[in-house]
Amino acid sequence: MESLQKKEKTAVLQGNEACSQGALYAGCRFFAGYPITPSTEIIEMMSGAMQAAGGHFIQMEDEIGSACAIIGARWGGVKSMTATSGPGYTLMQESIGYAAVTETPIVIVDVQRGGPSTGQPTLSSQQDIYQARYGSHGDYEIIVLAPSSVQEMYDFTIKAFELAERFRTPVILLSDEEIGHMREKVVLQPGTENIHEGKKKYVVSPQADFFQGAWTTVEGQLHDDEGKRIGHLPQKSGDFIENICSKITDHIDEISSVRTYQMEDADIAVLAYGSVARPAMNAINLARGIKDDRGATPFRFLKEIKKRGVGEALRTDYSKLKVGLIKVNSVWPFPDEQIREAAKNCSLVIVPEMNIGKYSREVERCLGGQGTKVVSMSKCGGDLHTPNEILDRILEEVKVDE
Amino acid sequence: MNDLYAKYIKKEALPTLFCPGCGNGIVQYAAIEAFEKLGIRNDTACVSGIGCSSWIPCYFKMDVMHTTHGRAIAFAEGLKIAQPDKNIVVFSGDGDCLAIGGNHLLHACARNIDITVIMINNMIYGMTGGQKSPATPTGAKTHTSPYGAADVPMKGSELAMTIGASYVARWTTAHPVQLEKAIEEGIKHKGFSFIEVLSQCPVQAGKNVFKEKDPVKIMEMFKEQTYVWHEGDPEQPGKTKIGLLKKDDDAIEYIDRVNNVLRENGIER
Amino acid sequence: MSKISIDKDCCKGCFICLTVCPKGIFKKTKKRNKYGTTMPEAVNTDECVQCRMCERMCPDGAINVEGGDNNEN
Repeated sequence: MESLQKKEKTAVLQGNEACSQGALYAGCRFFAGYPITPSTEIIEMMSGAMQAAGGHFIQMEDEIGSACAIIGARWGGVKSMTATSGPGYTLMQESIGYAAVTETPIVIVDVQRGGPSTGQPTLSSQQDIYQARYGSHGDYEIIVLAPSSVQEMYDFTIKAFELAERFRTPVILLSDEEIGHMREKVVLQPGTENIHEGKKKYVVSPQADFFQGAWTTVEGQLHDDEGKRIGHLPQKSGDFIENICSKITDHIDEISSVRTYQMEDADIAVLAYGSVARPAMNAINLARGIKDDRGATPFRFLKEIKKRGVGEALRTDYSKLKVGLIKVNSVWPFPDEQIREAAKNCSLVIVPEMNIGKYSREVERCLGGQGTKVVSMSKCGGDLHTPNEILDRILEEVKVDE
Repeated sequence: MNDLYAKYIKKEALPTLFCPGCGNGIVQYAAIEAFEKLGIRNDTACVSGIGCSSWIPCYFKMDVMHTTHGRAIAFAEGLKIAQPDKNIVVFSGDGDCLAIGGNHLLHACARNIDITVIMINNMIYGMTGGQKSPATPTGAKTHTSPYGAADVPMKGSELAMTIGASYVARWTTAHPVQLEKAIEEGIKHKGFSFIEVLSQCPVQAGKNVFKEKDPVKIMEMFKEQTYVWHEGDPEQPGKTKIGLLKKDDDAIEYIDRVNNVLRENGIER
Repeated sequence: MSKISIDKDCCKGCFICLTVCPKGIFKKTKKRNKYGTTMPEAVNTDECVQCRMCERMCPDGAINVEGGDNNEN
């Protein structure tokens, strides 16, 4: 694998490959991992890429060790990452909590598969959405990005490193099997970038990397700015928790990324993240009568005729539906303001998810106050929602409303 | 206060949380003496997990990482690979190292990665109040073995030797000079160094495990129940051998091995 | 002659020093340390041979031995 190219280039890559390329560009030079489907391509690519680029790679004995090793390496001054899937991600929770409390910037990629337990190694899901947010014990805030294309897998990996360094926090790239194994066109940046954010006031823990004579104490107990434990002091401990949480929640505007599509006049929105945002966008296109350039619409129309009969299919004038898409890129911290703003004219928000409908609860909490009806459209089993399924749901809901 | 102690220990963090007569303080002094003699203070990072003995480095005015239970070796490996020229010393207990961290220990030994692990073996879970550890002697009554421990204790040093650690030594807190020399040697040795220290826990292990609450008497017992072993010496049944148990200078260290493979493939670092 | 000091802020009163000194310099006293337990005192300091076992064996770094040409600190 060519590790660092000289100029911008376009390639057709798998999502997992794009993630490795993104990490390389972002200056990641340490990768510790353990093979697990469907994330294995990342460790495979990183093993060669890290060492060829002057970095380091180690295949650890388990995911617990992998997550520990990248934290160790980061204190050694090297930007580091690991990648895994659901079962391994569960094992890493311990270290994610440690990274949160010690304010260590690391990036962890979770290429989700179906769970619980060994679950569905080869099929996709979005079931880890809550684990990504609440996985480790105790109170902490975390940044989670959910890519929905191979390009985003590349871009968000870079962004994950930027955010991790800026906020000195673990950042989770919450991908899934669909995106990880999908091949798409992707634009790759030339060279490499070494993100340095410098000392930030809102960080409460020691920040100096090791071996600089700074005598840094990295402490997993709650601690003060010198690393001295304060876990036995309720007042100081409370302030510490507030601090590590508010450094994220006070900067949601800097972190959050919410994209909208056809939302200008929409009164119905589909809110989606990760791979489900793709069929959701197609559903919007179908609903609005927007033809994509692949000429698939006539084919779909034929299918519609087959499904509903000629008369019914002709009578359905989707284009009268004012439907738009709200695509959440930064799923955690929950971008309340941005979602409220995007959905301010909507009476109905449909949330398709590849789980039992977890994120929709957050959306309901967020939009319930402004009288918007939030409908969860969950789908478990490993298959993505099809655009028509989403469209049907929209039609069903509209009919109910009318 | 002792001069060396004052030089290395954070005064504001005192008192240490060790009970009176605890062996951890003796290991602590041996370690800082070794660091001082080698003059490696700013090129050394100490990593520890959870447990009484894992608090040893937390008082050091050095680069210190106090990590999660059992994971110290995994953190240390990442740190070592990121900074191959620096020294990494891990302080761990018998529960931390052999029970919850057993898998990391096995693999670090097998890799022969150049870190130094000091395992303080007090044969008990002291911090949580005296529960059975993997090194608790058979028959010992603890809070989780009220009828006497049924398990056969694990031998950390023998395990490390077998699985591939290239420097293994065992001493007790009654041998502070030898212990300090072993720590020096272990740090200088290129490869995985495992130093086991039999240590007294007068409070939690005292009455039940050692049948003795006085730290001095427990240390005397260590002297009686151990013998200093040299290569070729016969084994003394019923006693624990201490001393330098293994030193293999020909074993190739992990990072060197990685670099050799890369060099064969035309990648110079 | 050595100057041996025992820091009462550090001493926890375990009395390990009493047995490790080959010359028996340390003696139990009724003096109290910071924790309120009794602590030892160095008497007969003329006998000290600067072996520094007390420094090594004190778990709390309370003992300091000054003087002699063997001062490696």
